[in-house]
Amino acid sequence: MARPFTPIGQPARLALGVSFFALFFATWAFFTLGGFVSKTFLADPWTMLRDGWVLLTRFDFLTDIGMTVWRVLGGFVMAAAVAVPLGIAMGAYKPVEALLEPFVSFARYLPASAFVPLLILWAGIGESQKLLVIFIGAVFQIVLMVAGQVGQTRRDLVEAAYTLGASDGGVIRRVLLPANAPGIAETLRLVLGWAWTYVIVAELIGSSSGIGHMIIDSQALLATGKMIFGIITIGVIGLISDLCFKALNRAAFAWTLA
Amino acid sequence: MTSAGDAKLLIEGVSRAFVGPRGEGTVALADTDLAIATNDFISILGPSGCGKSTLLRIVAGLDRPSTGRVALNGRVVTAPGPDRGMVFQSYTLFPWLTVGQNIAFGLRERGVPPARQAEVVDAYLGRMGLRGFEHHLPRQLSGGMQQRTAIARALANDPDILLMDEPFGALDNQTRGLMQELLLDIWERDRKTVLFVTHDIEEAIFMASRVVVMTARPGRIKADVPIDLPHPRRYTIKTTPAFNALKARLTEEIRVEAVAAASAG
Ligand SMILES: Nc1ncnc2c1ncn2[C@@H]1O[C@H](COP(=O)(O)OP(=O)(O)OP(=O)(O)O)[C@@H](O)[C@H]1O
Ligand SMILES: [Mg+2]
Repeated sequence: MARPFTPIGQPARLALGVSFFALFFATWAFFTLGGFVSKTFLADPWTMLRDGWVLLTRFDFLTDIGMTVWRVLGGFVMAAAVAVPLGIAMGAYKPVEALLEPFVSFARYLPASAFVPLLILWAGIGESQKLLVIFIGAVFQIVLMVAGQVGQTRRDLVEAAYTLGASDGGVIRRVLLPANAPGIAETLRLVLGWAWTYVIVAELIGSSSGIGHMIIDSQALLATGKMIFGIITIGVIGLISDLCFKALNRAAFAWTLA
Repeated sequence: MTSAGDAKLLIEGVSRAFVGPRGEGTVALADTDLAIATNDFISILGPSGCGKSTLLRIVAGLDRPSTGRVALNGRVVTAPGPDRGMVFQSYTLFPWLTVGQNIAFGLRERGVPPARQAEVVDAYLGRMGLRGFEHHLPRQLSGGMQQRTAIARALANDPDILLMDEPFGALDNQTRGLMQELLLDIWERDRKTVLFVTHDIEEAIFMASRVVVMTARPGRIKADVPIDLPHPRRYTIKTTPAFNALKARLTEEIRVEAVAAASAG
């Protein structure tokens, strides 16, 4: 048996990661180009890339991407702006926790996608409906995760701060916030990933732009190449935003790595 | 012995009972009286679980006594404050702050001007042998250096009394010996008032002007032994007959309690 937890070098790590992508595409190409799957149901990788090129050059797909990105970020930033302070308050103050925790725990299980029809009634099919879906999907998750984080703050550090003469405000500003900032940033990174799945659902119904809208449009034309290109675009953007977020967190919170 | 009148820190009838998860009570600390004069260095010696940390936390204001009261300079303690500096057994430096920023924490909290903060930090970096590590993060330091920083952080506030809860408990013997000398040196020069918890008999005698022995749980003060060894003390004093006599006496006192603690489970 191989020894668990044996470290691996950076080049080997990269090579292994890339090789699985290669394997994935090779398998896909094998089944589609080899004629094992009907072209109607699954386009081959080259068709997908060609369709993607057509989308980008002739159908202004970049605007769709831009719309989707802005919806995700808009809804996510709104959710974070509400949820982070609320989560901190819940984690730090027991009465706030007692007041909100039961409701938020319930609300987090309300599926954001199920709100789409309702939100269309309330907010129409404009941008506010899309933003609200993201907002609902993200806000309760962030509140609970941040509250959990803050609740776990090392008590010995809090006590040390008090014995050094810190006021309650000082403890919040100079212990609670810095101690939990990396965890909160990590929570936001995670939830941003989930937000990508909500936005597509919002765009599948009653939308005239966005990646999700393009995918639904292509379905009517059986353009599986375009649909797959749309799906892969989401994956790539999600991966890029995740890597950026990770790099940002590492740079901002170097003390957690030292 | 210190009379209640001129005491810097006065502990009067302090006890502490905890209520367990099933409603059962545990008396961690039985009625305790202790008076500490200015410039005293008191070591509190006792078996594990006898309530030493509990007593220190009550003095620090981090815990409330079930009965009795603690007064510093005649004012009753109700909450933690910078007049009582605390050094914990576990490493409690703020991991996101550098050594220098950790030392300056209390000063900054009190709004001391940055220039003055820098002066104080620089002075303690020098005294604690931390020069060159000012910009290091705590986790880049050895345990001994972390505790030196923690002591500097407490002292930078210029507290009336320094409370230390087995600060060298996690250190190896050599480092521990050096830290004892460093702390003793600071005390001999600054004449701080110190309340030092330990279960190491040599450590208790070496630094203290008085050693207070506590009983097994529920902790009570059982003996109060003045240590009249001359100052300045060097580590060589640990092998003198006078030191050994004190050690023998305290070993006997504490042994009885350790046996009691062990049999009580
Ligand atoms: N928050 C708490 N709740 C319940 N029981 C507690 C609490 N804190 C301490 N105790 C109990 O009180 C007793 C004394 O604890 P304390 O930590 O003061 O002992 P100690 O003398 O410092 O021991 P050690 O030398 O191991 O550090 C122990 O039996 C402990 O289990
Ligand atoms: Mg203890």
